[in-house]
Amino acid sequence: MNPTDEPSDDMTDTPTDGEQGETGAATTDGDLSDAIPTGDGSSDATMTDGGTVDSPFEVVSEYEESRMDRARKYYDAYVYAPFAIIWRDWRARIGFTIVLFYVLMGTVGVAIIGAAEPLDGPQYLQPFNPNYTHYPFGIGEVSLGIWTYTGIWEHPFGTDIMGRDLFAQIVNSTDAILKMILAGSLFAVGTGTIIGAVAGYRGGTVDTVLSSITDVSINLPGFPLVMVLAALLEVSNPYYVGILLSVAAWGGIARAIRSQVLTLRQESFVESARAMGIPRRRIVFKDIVPHLMPYVVINMTNSARRVIFEAAGLYYLGILPYEDANWGVTLNNAQSVGAYNRPDAFHWFLAPMLAIIGISIGLILLGQSLDRVFNPRVRARHEKTTANEEVEAESEPSTGDMLTGK
Amino acid sequence: MIFTVWAVLTLSFVMIRMMPGNPMGAMVENLRQSGVNPVRARELVRVRMAIDPTKPIIPAYFEYMVNFFQGNLGRSTWYQMPVATKLAQVTPWTLFVLSWGVFISFFAGMAIGALMAYWEGSKLDVGFTSFAVLMGSIPFYVLAILMLIFMAYRWGWFPTGGRVRAGVEPGLNYPYVASMIQHAALPVMSYLVASGIASLGMRGNSIRVLGEDYLRVARLRGLSDFTISTQYVARNAVLPLYTTLLISIGEMFGGSVVLEEVFQYRGLGFVVYQAVNQRDYPLMMGGFALITLVTVAALLFADLTYGYIDPRARGGKDESY
Repeated sequence: MNPTDEPSDDMTDTPTDGEQGETGAATTDGDLSDAIPTGDGSSDATMTDGGTVDSPFEVVSEYEESRMDRARKYYDAYVYAPFAIIWRDWRARIGFTIVLFYVLMGTVGVAIIGAAEPLDGPQYLQPFNPNYTHYPFGIGEVSLGIWTYTGIWEHPFGTDIMGRDLFAQIVNSTDAILKMILAGSLFAVGTGTIIGAVAGYRGGTVDTVLSSITDVSINLPGFPLVMVLAALLEVSNPYYVGILLSVAAWGGIARAIRSQVLTLRQESFVESARAMGIPRRRIVFKDIVPHLMPYVVINMTNSARRVIFEAAGLYYLGILPYEDANWGVTLNNAQSVGAYNRPDAFHWFLAPMLAIIGISIGLILLGQSLDRVFNPRVRARHEKTTANEEVEAESEPSTGDMLTGK
Repeated sequence: MIFTVWAVLTLSFVMIRMMPGNPMGAMVENLRQSGVNPVRARELVRVRMAIDPTKPIIPAYFEYMVNFFQGNLGRSTWYQMPVATKLAQVTPWTLFVLSWGVFISFFAGMAIGALMAYWEGSKLDVGFTSFAVLMGSIPFYVLAILMLIFMAYRWGWFPTGGRVRAGVEPGLNYPYVASMIQHAALPVMSYLVASGIASLGMRGNSIRVLGEDYLRVARLRGLSDFTISTQYVARNAVLPLYTTLLISIGEMFGGSVVLEEVFQYRGLGFVVYQAVNQRDYPLMMGGFALITLVTVAALLFADLTYGYIDPRARGGKDESY
C-alpha cells in the first residue's frame, strides 16, 4: 500500500482518474460496463500532469457508448459467451437438455397432463401396457412402413394401488421440486457467498465472527435438525421447504469461498483497487466475487442436487408435511403399503426413482462442464500435458472436491 | 470449538423445545390408541415420566446444560433408560456400518480414480466416468431401497432388516458375527454411491498432479516408477480427499437416519428418528450432541493434521484490511 501513496494523492483529485484506473483493474473479470479503454491509464507520467482528463479522445468515447451498446456488451460477456463455450461440451449439452426437459415438464407438462385421480385405471397396471392405449387429437391408427402407430399409452408408467396414474404423479410433482431447488440453492449459495466473501476479505474480527457462525452451521447435525425444523415449522410451501433444507448447507460453501478469497485478496488488482480507495463493498462484489463465479455456479448445481436428495428423503420418511404428492411422497406411499413385497408393484418405486436420478444426472453433467469452462487454468495445464486428447477428458478436480465437500 | 459445540447444543435445545407436541402428549396418544382411557393414560404417563416437559424453557435449559457438562444426559422418556446407556448401546452398530461404508467406498473410489487417470481418455476412462456420474446421481436411500427389494425380498440373499438374527447368542461366536455381517452388508453397500464422487475427485487430482513439472524432474532424476507413483503422485492426489473424507463423516452420521430407517437397523439414526417422532427431548438432545461432537472432532482433526500432511497449507494470512 505504501508504494502507491504518491500516485493516489493525484488520483483522488479527479474522479475520472479513479474510474479509469478501475477499468484497468477490472478488465480481467469481464467488467466492461464503463469501458474507456484508453490504455494509457497506466502511464503515471501523463496523469500527474492532469493532462489526459480533458483530452478529446475520452470525451468522444464517453458519448459513443449508448445504452444499447452497453446492454449488448453485457449480453455478450455474461450470456452469449459463456453459453457458446458451454455448448461446445457434450456434457453440457446433455445436462442442459435434461434440466430444460424437467423445467418444461414442471411448467408445460403440468398444464397438459392433469392431476392424478384415484381409480383412473386398474390397480397395479404395469408400465407401457399395450392394452391401455388411446388416440389423442382424433388421430387414428397410422401405418408407417414397418412401424404402426397404435395410439399412446394411457398410463405409460402404470398405476399404483389406488389406480392413480404414476406418470401424472411424476409430472405434477416437478414444479414443486423445481421451486424447492430454486429457493434452496439460491439461499445456500447466496448466503454462503456473501458470508464467505466478506469474512475472507475483511479478516480480523469480522472474519472471526463470521467464521464462527459458519462453523456452527457446518457442525449442525444437518439431517436430524431439518427433521426437527420440519416438525416445528410445518411448512408445505415448496419455496420454504427448499430454504429449510438448505439451512445447514451454506456453511460448506461459505468456507470454500472464504479460502478462495483469502488468496484472491493478495492479488495485485485487489491491492490496486484498495489503494485507489474504492469502497470495500465494491471491491468485494465487483472485483472479487466475479472471479469466484465458477465456484458459485458449480455450487449452485451441487446444492440443487442436494436439495432434491434431502427433500425426497424426508418426504420418503414421511417427515415433511405435504399437500400435493411429489416424488418422495410417492416413494413413501409405495413403502407404507408394503410394496416391497409385491413384484407387480415395483414400477411404483421405479418411476419416482428414475425422476430423481434423471434430474441429478442433468445437474451433475451441467456442473462438471461448467467447471471445465470456468477453469481455464486446469484446462490449460491439462492441454499442455496431453495435447492430443479429445474434449471429454479433464478437469473434474474442483467438481470432485466441490461435490463431496458440498 | 467449544463455542461451536455450545452454540449448536443451544440451538438444538431451543428448537427441540419449540417443536409442537411434547413427550407426554405422544405417550398419552400411544396409550389411548391401545385402548387405555385418556384420564388413566395421563396419570400413567405422569408416573412413568422422569422429567417435567412442561417446565419453562430457560430453567430447563440451565438444568440441562449443567447436567450435560457433568456427563448426565438425562433419561429417555420413550425407552425408559438413561440416554447415555441407550446411545452407548446403539452407536457401535452405526459406527460399524459407517466405518466399513466409508472405508470401502473411498478405497474403491481412489483405486478407480487412479485407474481412470492412468488410462485417461481410453474407453475404460469414459466407462468409469459415466458410471461415476450415475453413482453420484443416485441418492443412497434409492440404492438402499433397490437393494432391499431385490437382494432381500426377491432373492433372499440378505435379511430384510434388523441388526442380527433373533435368538443368536451375542458374543464372538461364528453364527453371531456372520449374522451381524449379513445384516450390515446392504447398509454398507448403500454407501458405495459415495465412491463415484470420490473417484472423480481422485481422477481429477491425479491428472492435475501428473502434469506437474516436478514429476518430469523426478523422472529425469531416474527415480523408479514405484517411488514416483507412491511418493509423488499418490500423496499429492490423495491430499484434497483427506478433508473431504473427514467432512463427509459428519454428514453420513446425519444420513444414517434415513438409511437405518430403510433397513430398520437399530443404530443411532434409527433411535434419533424414534426420538423425534416421540418427542423424546433428552434422547434427541443426546443424539444431536453426539452427532455434533463427532462432526466437530472430525473437522478439528482435519484442521490440526492437514498442516502436517500438506505443509503448503501452513501459511499466515491473518493480516486484516
